[in-house]
Amino acid sequence: MNTHAPMVTTRSGASIATRRLSKSFNGTTVLHPTDLEIPAGQILVLLGPSGCGKTTLLRLIAGLEQPDGPDMIRFDGEDVSGVPIEKRNVGMVFQSYALFPNMTVAENVGYGLKVRKVERAQREAETRRLLALVGLEEYADRRISAVSGGQRQRTALARALAIKPRVLLLDEPLAALDAVLRERLRVEIGLLLREFGITAVYVTHDQAEAMAIGDRIAVMEKGRIAQIDVPKEIYHRPANDFVADFVGTMNRIAGRVENGLLNIHGGETMARLNVGGPDRATTLCFRPEAARLASANGAISARVAATTFFGATQRLVAEVSSECRLQLDLPSNVSVTPGQILAFEIDPAAIIEFQTEA
Amino acid sequence: MNSRRFDFFLILPLAIFTLAFLILPVARLIAEAGSGPQGLAGFLVILTEARFRNSLIVTLLLAIVTTVATLAVATIAAQTLANRRFTGRGLLLSMLTFPLAFPGVVVGFMIILFGGRLGLVGSVTKSLVGTNVVFAYSLFGLFLGYLYFSVPRVLLTILAAAEKLDPSLVEAARSLGASPFAIQRDVVLPALFPAMYTGGALCFATAMGAFGTAFTLATNIDVVPLLIYTEFTLATNASMAAAISIALGLITWAALAIARNRAMRDVKGG
Amino acid sequence: MRRQWTSTAGIVITALLSLFLVVPVLLSVYAGLAVNYARGPSAGFTLDWVGQVWGLYADTVWRSLVVALLTLVVTLLIGVPGAYALVRKGGRFARAVEEIVTLPVAVPGLALALALILSYGGAGAFRQSTLFVVVGHVLFTLPFMMRSVIAVLETIDWRTLDEGAASLGAPAWRRFIDVILPNVRPGIVAGALTVVTLSIGEFNLTWMMHTPMTKTLPVGLADAYASMRLEIASAYTIVFLVMVIPLLIGVQLVADFTEKRTAS
Repeated sequence: MNTHAPMVTTRSGASIATRRLSKSFNGTTVLHPTDLEIPAGQILVLLGPSGCGKTTLLRLIAGLEQPDGPDMIRFDGEDVSGVPIEKRNVGMVFQSYALFPNMTVAENVGYGLKVRKVERAQREAETRRLLALVGLEEYADRRISAVSGGQRQRTALARALAIKPRVLLLDEPLAALDAVLRERLRVEIGLLLREFGITAVYVTHDQAEAMAIGDRIAVMEKGRIAQIDVPKEIYHRPANDFVADFVGTMNRIAGRVENGLLNIHGGETMARLNVGGPDRATTLCFRPEAARLASANGAISARVAATTFFGATQRLVAEVSSECRLQLDLPSNVSVTPGQILAFEIDPAAIIEFQTEA
Repeated sequence: MNSRRFDFFLILPLAIFTLAFLILPVARLIAEAGSGPQGLAGFLVILTEARFRNSLIVTLLLAIVTTVATLAVATIAAQTLANRRFTGRGLLLSMLTFPLAFPGVVVGFMIILFGGRLGLVGSVTKSLVGTNVVFAYSLFGLFLGYLYFSVPRVLLTILAAAEKLDPSLVEAARSLGASPFAIQRDVVLPALFPAMYTGGALCFATAMGAFGTAFTLATNIDVVPLLIYTEFTLATNASMAAAISIALGLITWAALAIARNRAMRDVKGG
Repeated sequence: MRRQWTSTAGIVITALLSLFLVVPVLLSVYAGLAVNYARGPSAGFTLDWVGQVWGLYADTVWRSLVVALLTLVVTLLIGVPGAYALVRKGGRFARAVEEIVTLPVAVPGLALALALILSYGGAGAFRQSTLFVVVGHVLFTLPFMMRSVIAVLETIDWRTLDEGAASLGAPAWRRFIDVILPNVRPGIVAGALTVVTLSIGEFNLTWMMHTPMTKTLPVGLADAYASMRLEIASAYTIVFLVMVIPLLIGVQLVADFTEKRTAS
């Protein structure tokens, strides 16, 4: 019925570009016009809470949803907006894996090649190669119902890679697994994708997963990309409050800056922080690990409310005032007890100040 | 869009068949009913003509009595069977559901074997008190026949609901000191109501439309389906038969629709 | 000890009900094999009556089988794609279509038969053929096939399976054949057994629609009940039971099997 163009296997897959890509369902906009450039071979993670539009964006790139207008998605410069998924040559790993229960592991992996009328011997060889790659050779002839969750996940990945897709799309591929397995497979998938050098879009709501896998991360909020950057920048230079809170833990200190010094509101012990700049009311943000112990002079003092032991570090909940409660990470060899008054300072380079609204 | 064309081909055979053999014939039936000598008044013939009206009343009463009796015994039997495990339970359930597949004529014959001239009851009473009790061809025999084909489907429906009933609900009620009667009224029956509506409506609709059983028992009670048959084949009065058919179809369809809405409301409400 | 009393009553009523449903069936089996029903078991047993039934009514048995198989083929061809189409479409339209298609279950068979005869009575060859009876049977059994398939479609994640196959490059029809059909097989099998069982036992429609040349087994049964001696009528009933009971057991086995599979 349809003839497939001969597949050109490049090491790096296709680049993806979206131009004012938008989607609404029955008048509700789930994705506002979005411009996105993913160079060939890059792994982009779409990170955000549920309902932020990340899955919709992925399904638009996949061809499972129709965009609101024409010419909104391009692969290697070629407009694919109107091309249905079965002709787009994308590899897709679904959250529920979408493995076919009526086929064995090997039949699942080889199905895309069978559809492409790849000759049997070649198909079987290719299937074996992929099963070996994900470590499932022994399970080739098992039914899907007879393999574990982690093995299903790897079958789904092998199946998507078998068709030598132009781009690989992964929709929360680890969400159905338990924590230990998730952490192990996160590393494995990251290595595998880099080895393939394939262009990939990876949807997750787990920030640790995003950090581990993404070349770049796009943090999404309410149908828009809030920030897109490399993981380090997302973590250390969040573009706004939402990103700051969604990725990692963020402390906030509200106060007034006068003569370059911050006076913390409501402090029984007046703490001062040298931040510079004009006089203003502001909120300063910093990560827990930006705190370090200091001598009492010129430091912020806080009362330790609780400690949690994390191995190399410990996390303290410290109260500067009744309104200002902070989370601080200190080396675990420092002995602290709840109730103790602690003096600490903040690495000035790690302080983030967002533009406060008027 | 390719996928829309695929959807079209999926539904096409169904659409053609339904149009040709359901929608058009029903339209034809309605047209026929209105084309009799009485014109549009023909639709109401089941109410206006005494012979038809009486038949409708008898059929309605029979269907209602059958429904009530079936619901009563099926609810008791379903609760008895729901939480008991005994050897042969599977076999018993199978045997209780076999009559589902029996055509009305076979059901009629079962009643003849039970209460006919050579029937079981007759031969027992003959040897005990000397009279051969025959009831297969009476209204009571007809009622038993209706009961025979109604019980299996209603029993299955209610049994499914009874098996889903959480036993801890009953245990909780007992721990609060509720009597068996109160447990039935406050816990068990409310949980079974949706199934009872559905089963009851199905039972009523089947009883209204049953033909084979009445036909086999050859009673002198003219239930509505027999009336349609005689009007059409013996009196060759097609428009009259069509008008009665439509009235009967509306009654059974309405019974099912009402019960389904109630059952759904109960499920949603509870 | 009131609880004891109520559950004893329940057991008694259930037992009586079971006897009421089962004893006549056993009686008919006995009557069909007894040399003389009125004289009791002492007169001995024979297969003569069954033989006579075969001589008189073998054609109705074969015709019922042919009608049931044709009905099955048509319900498969129409009902399985139709059920998938309705589940895919969803919403008010699909509910309305299902309501219309299910109408023949709610409306008495006589009314439907009358509607068909009025519409196609003039089409001589079709009216006289076995196909006319098949149309009636399809009308009546189609909702059961569709319900059975829809029920299974609702338990499997057909949309994701379909999207998964699409992402691998399979066109729509291929996804239906490779992925959807194999995974709704339990529903198709259960539906098929139900359709064949109902078709073999269908009387209300068939009695109105049949011609002397297109008599099915239940039509023959009605004839035998009216005009033959009790032993022959019973033997004929045995033939019917032998045809239908294996199918009913099959329906239950399939139901148990799928229940176990979904439970695990």
